[in-house]
Amino acid sequence: MYLFRNIVLAAVVSGLVSGLILTVLQSYATIPLIIHAETFEGKGEEVGHSHSHAHDEGTPAHDHGEEGWTPADGTERFVYTAASNMLAGIGFALILLTAAEALGTLNGWRSGLMFGLAGFLAFSLAPGLGLPPELPGMPAADLAARQLWWFATAALTALGLGLLAYTKAPTLAVLGILSLVAPHLWGAPLPDTHETAVPLELHARFVASVFATSLLFWAMLGTVSGVVRARLRGGEEAYSNGAAEPVR
Amino acid sequence: MTTKTAAIALGASASKIVPLSITAMLGMFVIGFVGFSHMEVVHNAAHDSRHSLAFPCH
Repeated sequence: MYLFRNIVLAAVVSGLVSGLILTVLQSYATIPLIIHAETFEGKGEEVGHSHSHAHDEGTPAHDHGEEGWTPADGTERFVYTAASNMLAGIGFALILLTAAEALGTLNGWRSGLMFGLAGFLAFSLAPGLGLPPELPGMPAADLAARQLWWFATAALTALGLGLLAYTKAPTLAVLGILSLVAPHLWGAPLPDTHETAVPLELHARFVASVFATSLLFWAMLGTVSGVVRARLRGGEEAYSNGAAEPVR
Repeated sequence: MTTKTAAIALGASASKIVPLSITAMLGMFVIGFVGFSHMEVVHNAAHDSRHSLAFPCH
């Protein structure tokens, strides 16, 4: 399980670093806009949080009041955001490193950066074309439907990019382009109305900020993954040549 | 581990299948937890992160 260990370690390092940097970027670029938008929340139509609870709520640990537990504004909220960003970074890095390893391997910052940019296209830009980043208080279609579309779009975009970059047959290239385009021809689930109390100007700034910070995050995630992965190969020699003796 | 020895016998790329399947599933599980979980507590804790990473939210 050396490969497993090395991938997980590289993912943890790059996820922690990129998630922390992302949090710093967000606290200037996106979070002030979220907090601003929250002042409009509920002022338009009654939007609120659409609770779609699972049927088996076995552990109602924090269930006091309508809204449930929420981190207090200020430091606590920042800490939870940072933790979430770092966890998301680790998760995305695991997927990035897995894809890179399945197609070859990352051998430095440059190949890492390329996979990072591909990750931005698949997980930020493509889903964001159909479902633009939302501010609190904005109307949206059914949550489960949007999540399904988001996931399918990310997966198909990754597949399409992979086919375009790693295959040579023209038919596979066509298939790659089709899987890039298909989610957008199908169309993202949209709300019945786009009416919202959130100013358009605020939303426009938010969308631009999300894509800018996400691009930097993915570039960082890929670069660090590439650098760490290139150095972290302990024990894997046994995999490649079946020999017990490590080759160095 | 039996899977590992069997995988080594099959060659380099086959030996990657098991660990890569696990890392892929682990990654999707983590993303699912942070970005997709419908649990109220998780949603509130990850709120700003979800909005800023353009996950479907609310």
